[in-house]
Amino acid sequence: MPTFSHFLETLLSSYPVFFEGLWLTIRVTAVSILIAVFIGLLFALFKISKVKVLNWIANIYIAVIRGTPLIVQIFIFYFGLTEFNIPKFWAASIGLALHNGAYIAEIFRGSIQSIDKGQMEAGRSLGMSHTLAMRRIILPQAFRRALPPLGNQFIIGLKDSSLAAFIALPELFSVATTQGARTFDEMTYLLIVAVYYLVLVLIFTLLVNLLEKRLSASD
Amino acid sequence: MTEKGEMIRVEKLNKSFGDLHVLKDIDMEVKESDVVVLIGASGSGKSTLLRCMNFLEIKNSGKVIIEGQTIEPNKDNLNKVRQKVGMVFQHFNLFPHKSVLNNVIEAPMMVKKLKRAQAEKEGRELLAKVGLADKADVYPNKLSGGQKQRVAIARSLAMKPEIMLFDEPTSALDPELVGEVLSTMKELAKEGMTMVVVTHEMGFAREVADWVVYMHDGKIVEKGKPADIFNDPKEQRTQDFLSSIL
Repeated sequence: MPTFSHFLETLLSSYPVFFEGLWLTIRVTAVSILIAVFIGLLFALFKISKVKVLNWIANIYIAVIRGTPLIVQIFIFYFGLTEFNIPKFWAASIGLALHNGAYIAEIFRGSIQSIDKGQMEAGRSLGMSHTLAMRRIILPQAFRRALPPLGNQFIIGLKDSSLAAFIALPELFSVATTQGARTFDEMTYLLIVAVYYLVLVLIFTLLVNLLEKRLSASD
Repeated sequence: MTEKGEMIRVEKLNKSFGDLHVLKDIDMEVKESDVVVLIGASGSGKSTLLRCMNFLEIKNSGKVIIEGQTIEPNKDNLNKVRQKVGMVFQHFNLFPHKSVLNNVIEAPMMVKKLKRAQAEKEGRELLAKVGLADKADVYPNKLSGGQKQRVAIARSLAMKPEIMLFDEPTSALDPELVGEVLSTMKELAKEGMTMVVVTHEMGFAREVADWVVYMHDGKIVEKGKPADIFNDPKEQRTQDFLSSIL
């Protein structure tokens, strides 16, 4: 084990080498989560749709994604897409987005179905179409209800982005292992990268809590 | 007296939920500015009949005719029909994520494409009418049940419906809050609104209804003027029902 002062010293002096990786991790996470939320919403609507085919598409998608390891999905994506010359950044981002999308679809489905059906009826009785009532009445309430599990899923997504190191995307974790191997000081760099993730997650948790507070004006 | 226009006519209406036959060959009509009160035990089909009138439930057979037009749920634009037929629910179903005023102006703006300024002006007038002008910017969770129901009435009126349906509007209220909702409804009736009301408030039926319809087991047993129904019911089952609740 490195001494505490050595760890602290390295933590403070190594930030230039971590900076690029940190920035890349934030970008991969942000892009993949953004896409994942769209995918999640789409498949949640598929899942509650009256159209059987859409139900099936959503069920198969969710079953396949949830039933296979993320690392396998990322590898399949990366190697499967090499012939199309997809940059690693996008292979990782899309892989993570598809993965998180399946979980977010279930989160959204649950929160949409948890909204009292009187809400849809009230909207329809005022002359709204099903789509309009869904957009204006149901989804805003469902989204707010989905925030806590959604925030949780975002944190998982952030940490899972470290798996992109295995397709040699130079994000945070990849920087830590590279630096560790280069300096034969693996443990120090692993502890440092753990601190980076921890701080990111804490900042993120804070943001989600703030958003929850702002949205709960009517509770 | 001039012949009043026909607002709703229901012919040979049947509705089942699975094996449960809820409405059995219902015939009924509601004329312009009539107040029709549906009474009967729970499970007699009154709420289902009401919900068939704005197509929240779709009949299995028979006809629902709104202002002379036979509505075919899979052909006609139900959204257009529902703009003419407002509904007030037992559990209010206010939109909790919107302020009182935004509850009221949501449909006029999104469905009728009214400009915000115009919608807000009309919305505030309606809130004043139901005695809640000062609650415009409050969220529904800060209101009492009676206030919620009055907002729901204002929200429904904002679409300028020609018919109002009330589905047990006071059943979820504390007893001391029933009066304020009923007086709002009386006010509406006085203005000549066509109303169909499912309720257990016999005082309201006696005082405000033009017609009282007693339902039992999915059928209309008796229909008459309130004085006749309450003082001199013809049918044994109506007598039994009334003596059990009065």
